[in-house]
Amino acid sequence: MGLEIMDEIKQNYVANLVASGKREDGRGFREFREISVERGVAERAEGSARVKIGDSDVLVGVKLDVGAPFPDTPNKGVIITNAELVPLASPEFESGPPREDSVQLARVVDRGIRGSEAIDLERLCIEEGEKVWIVFIDIHILDNGGNLVDAAALGAISALLNARIPFEKWGLPAPAGEGEEEEGRESSRLPIRETPVAVTTAKIEGKILVDPNVNEENAATTKLTVISNADGSLSGMQKSGSGGLKEDEVLEMVELGIEKAGEIRENFL
Amino acid sequence: MNEEREKEEEAVEKRELIKDGKRLDGRGFEELRPIKIEVGVLKRADGSCYFELGENKVIAAVYGPKEMHPRHAQDAKMAVVKFRYNMAPFSVDDRKRPGPDRRSVEVSKVSREAFEPVIMREFYPKAAIEVYVEILQSDAGTRTAGINAASVALADAGIPMKDLVSSVAVGKIDGQVVLDLNGTEDNHGEADMPIAMVARTNTITLLQMDGHLTAEEFGRGLKLAMGACRQIYELQRAALIERFSSSNSGSKSEKGGNKNGT
Repeated sequence: MGLEIMDEIKQNYVANLVASGKREDGRGFREFREISVERGVAERAEGSARVKIGDSDVLVGVKLDVGAPFPDTPNKGVIITNAELVPLASPEFESGPPREDSVQLARVVDRGIRGSEAIDLERLCIEEGEKVWIVFIDIHILDNGGNLVDAAALGAISALLNARIPFEKWGLPAPAGEGEEEEGRESSRLPIRETPVAVTTAKIEGKILVDPNVNEENAATTKLTVISNADGSLSGMQKSGSGGLKEDEVLEMVELGIEKAGEIRENFL
Repeated sequence: MNEEREKEEEAVEKRELIKDGKRLDGRGFEELRPIKIEVGVLKRADGSCYFELGENKVIAAVYGPKEMHPRHAQDAKMAVVKFRYNMAPFSVDDRKRPGPDRRSVEVSKVSREAFEPVIMREFYPKAAIEVYVEILQSDAGTRTAGINAASVALADAGIPMKDLVSSVAVGKIDGQVVLDLNGTEDNHGEADMPIAMVARTNTITLLQMDGHLTAEEFGRGLKLAMGACRQIYELQRAALIERFSSSNSGSKSEKGGNKNGT
């Protein structure tokens, strides 16, 4: 109960600040917190990345496996995205089966990777209809400082760019189309051809601001995550929260999302 | 029916979802599938609605306001909205394993959030308002049909709302932005974007996008979807008025977006 009262006080405090044109941590409305991306942090994984956005800390591991393709896409590899909001990351996270927030997080990240066709899945086919590479993207939240979606999505694409296909370990030939790889290699790069970047904006007191921290997330009625590609086109979107948006607000959020995604891509991918 | 399917498959093979400015089912780019709304179709529920959108058949029921269980999940200031979207195992070609999967968990979440801005939850502290949507037959756009049905069922249950919520999807097929994708179009299309809107205030309460759109196509699609939500709103409203203006216990309202429809 005590925590709830504190939450409410913070909510009001943050909302009042925003109404007067300020943010809790002194940022501008169109300003991200400090971002850091560290690749190759998990050595047992085929690819990994640890992303920090302000206090938020997310570790993404990519593992590859060999398995059967889906019947309707016999010549394509498979992507499986999963997110765990482990209890060490926040007093609000509990252990147990995934709840809607972690399901949504995984599905939004997955949507961006899929919608942008970031992975050339046809090159992950080993034997049509029988064997393909399965790419597991596992998102592990270590500390929830807010805006986990953007951190997880950046972690996912960074880990994919860092991932290698361990074909030698499976006794398989190098995937097709890998002309540039030298002889004697045991692994080859994952075929990545697009870099989707997610940018979340929040609406608080009628104002739009980017990259909400955890208190701003609690104060926000509505958030919109916009996932965009290098050419500025869109590959996924998700509104969340119990508020509504006007058309011009949506357009403003989309425009801001594309602009910020470009900056993040330039600096970190 | 089978012949139709075969023809569709042939067109899909040739990557022709649009021919001579028409879609496979004969619709124009900005045309909804036929919609049918029946209000108060269930006897036990406090409110209910049967909704058809083309070949989608969904039914929604509303229970409450009632005491929220478990009690620790009660909100001392307002009612909690529960929304369960569930697909019947026989609603799709390949049997769906019963029970919630990740997709339905997400759909339930965003659908609930589509209603939270309109339901006057502060009237019922500590209460629960339960919305159950069952998809009986699916042909793309089930979440939008479910939201439309739930909206009418909430009104039928007498839950105070600022307005109805109306929902539709836009998408992209053969490079064209079109309204309300059917199953074939959705499977072979390039993008799918469901939205829900409060028609009176033009407030968007659900927005998702899957696939690939340019920013310009997005803006155009959003406008198109908002316009279609207003059309659906009129149908929802008409169905409710018909139900409560006549002495009939049940009522029907039909409108064909497509004259060749079912």
